[in-house]
Amino acid sequence: MTNTNHPAVEKLRTGISSLDIIAKGGLPKNRTTLISGTAGSGKTVFAVHFLAAGIELGEPGVFVTFEESAADVRKNMQSFGWDLAQWEEEGKLAFVDASPDPQVETVESGEFDLGALVARVQNAVNKVKATRVSVDSLGAVFSQFEDQAMVRGELFRIASALKAMGVTAILTAERADDHGPVARFGVEEFIADNVMILRNALEDETRRRTIEILKFRGCDHQKGEYPFTIIPDGGVIVIPLSAMQLSMKSSNVRISSGNHEVDEMCGGGFFRDSVTLVSGATGTGKTLTVAQFLQGGAANGEKCLLLAFEESRDQLVRNATGWGFDFEQMERDGLLRVVCDYPDLSGLEDWLVTIQGIITEFGPQRMALDSLSALENVGTLKAFREFVIGLTSFIKHKEITGMFTATTGTLMGGDSITESNISTLTDSIILLRYVEMFGDVKRGITVLKMRGSGHDKAIREFTIGKDGMHVGRAFRNVTGILSGAPVHVTPGDVERVWSQYDKAVGERRRPETTSGH
Amino acid sequence: MEEVLSKYLLTLYVTGTSPRTRIAIDNLNRICKQELDGRYELEIVDVLEHPQRAEDEKILATPTLIKQLPLPLRRVIGDLSDKDKVLLGLEVRPNGVSSSSPSFNSAT
Repeated sequence: MTNTNHPAVEKLRTGISSLDIIAKGGLPKNRTTLISGTAGSGKTVFAVHFLAAGIELGEPGVFVTFEESAADVRKNMQSFGWDLAQWEEEGKLAFVDASPDPQVETVESGEFDLGALVARVQNAVNKVKATRVSVDSLGAVFSQFEDQAMVRGELFRIASALKAMGVTAILTAERADDHGPVARFGVEEFIADNVMILRNALEDETRRRTIEILKFRGCDHQKGEYPFTIIPDGGVIVIPLSAMQLSMKSSNVRISSGNHEVDEMCGGGFFRDSVTLVSGATGTGKTLTVAQFLQGGAANGEKCLLLAFEESRDQLVRNATGWGFDFEQMERDGLLRVVCDYPDLSGLEDWLVTIQGIITEFGPQRMALDSLSALENVGTLKAFREFVIGLTSFIKHKEITGMFTATTGTLMGGDSITESNISTLTDSIILLRYVEMFGDVKRGITVLKMRGSGHDKAIREFTIGKDGMHVGRAFRNVTGILSGAPVHVTPGDVERVWSQYDKAVGERRRPETTSGH
Repeated sequence: MEEVLSKYLLTLYVTGTSPRTRIAIDNLNRICKQELDGRYELEIVDVLEHPQRAEDEKILATPTLIKQLPLPLRRVIGDLSDKDKVLLGLEVRPNGVSSSSPSFNSAT
């Protein structure tokens, strides 16, 4: 992406692709950008990732560390797959280690400046021909010296010196809290051209990382907070929600749900890049719906991915066998991959990145997630919505047919929190409900929504047998199934209501006779 | 102890030939003459000419005076205008008296 709209300020593609999206092309070139955040918000990782991504693009870098020693930084960054020592050997990276040395006692006598530091940075930049510099962190400079006014003045000099060197620089700074002043010590006063803020807020007992570009002087960027995560072997990964939504495609190709009766209810099957939400109480047949969806894909030679957060692998395979599906054989054929995990193992942003990684690597045509409700409590409601948006956009972009399940809280009727929060994000919704009838509990299925297609509006009874799901006739003499309080009405009442409806609508077809009649 | 015989090995890091550099050099020469009476070797390093030396010694501020010998290593930063602090940093007792005071040494 180039700066067609703002030719005044050139952008430097950072190589952190997700960041480049929200930064609309990258960081302002040959300028300094202030990265401000509270303790633990990921400033150091960000600063190192900026250099690491540059080195991968053939742009050498200099890391100026005021807080951790160079040795510590080298060690800490190994888990991200960044071999700093190797890059130093190859002349692609140079450290300026300005961390305090507790071994050496220092006395201040009279006035001084940070001329030696500037000379060292200049020296390191010349040595590796650096085009990128990261300085981590400004706050630590203040703690090394008593004279704060001097330090402020000297940092200003360093910022100007960096500009004169023609490098693109990141300076990190601490802030006291996630929503207060931009940074401590008033450093934003002299390097406020470009400011990005990292947040690591505690919401409902979970941590949620976000990144916000506060301003890029003279050039454009995405507004607002974007969730991001920090993962091993990946570093900083921003989740650019709005950018992803723009690139969604739409397909008219229909595929089978794995059950031709369900296909009929959906007007001929699911759309290829659609996402279907299957909602129901525990035991209503959600996992069965998922299993036949996967089976249907595998039968056509499509690769299918199952992310299971509620049941163990053994349970899943056993249940599938009970419905006549041989998951193990499908796996041996390379048509199915089952990933079982505990939802609490990591945050939702991490899950999104992990799942995207699995999808990219395996390349399925279908994927199912059973269940979304299990992930709902891992993060905040907002984080959950972002997760669903992120995953939905991603699989649509990859033209994968998706199926998510949601568990309702009550056995009879009702809706789930999951459902009410993400129903607008999915293309189709299938409800599975228990229906109490004269002392029996039957199961009902209905297609509530099918974006871009007509569908069966009836609530139909279905049974689960040895060979899976069988959809039967509609419940016609029962009302209130969806609300969880079914009420039986006499056939006469049904006739009367429908005959009035027929008059009103005209071409409306008459209902079938009732199943319980 | 042999403090009377030990020589002071000092290095002063400065940035170019600024007024602050000159003040620091003048101050240091005067203090050394008064207090160290020839028992010192002084090297002056301009970090603009030798940035790698500043890197190796992890110097941030200029002027920085480093006492390499006698051990332990000590640093004094600033233009050395506060003589008492310079002497404290160098662990030299004022008025030309030998620095070998037991109480002073035990404090380090």
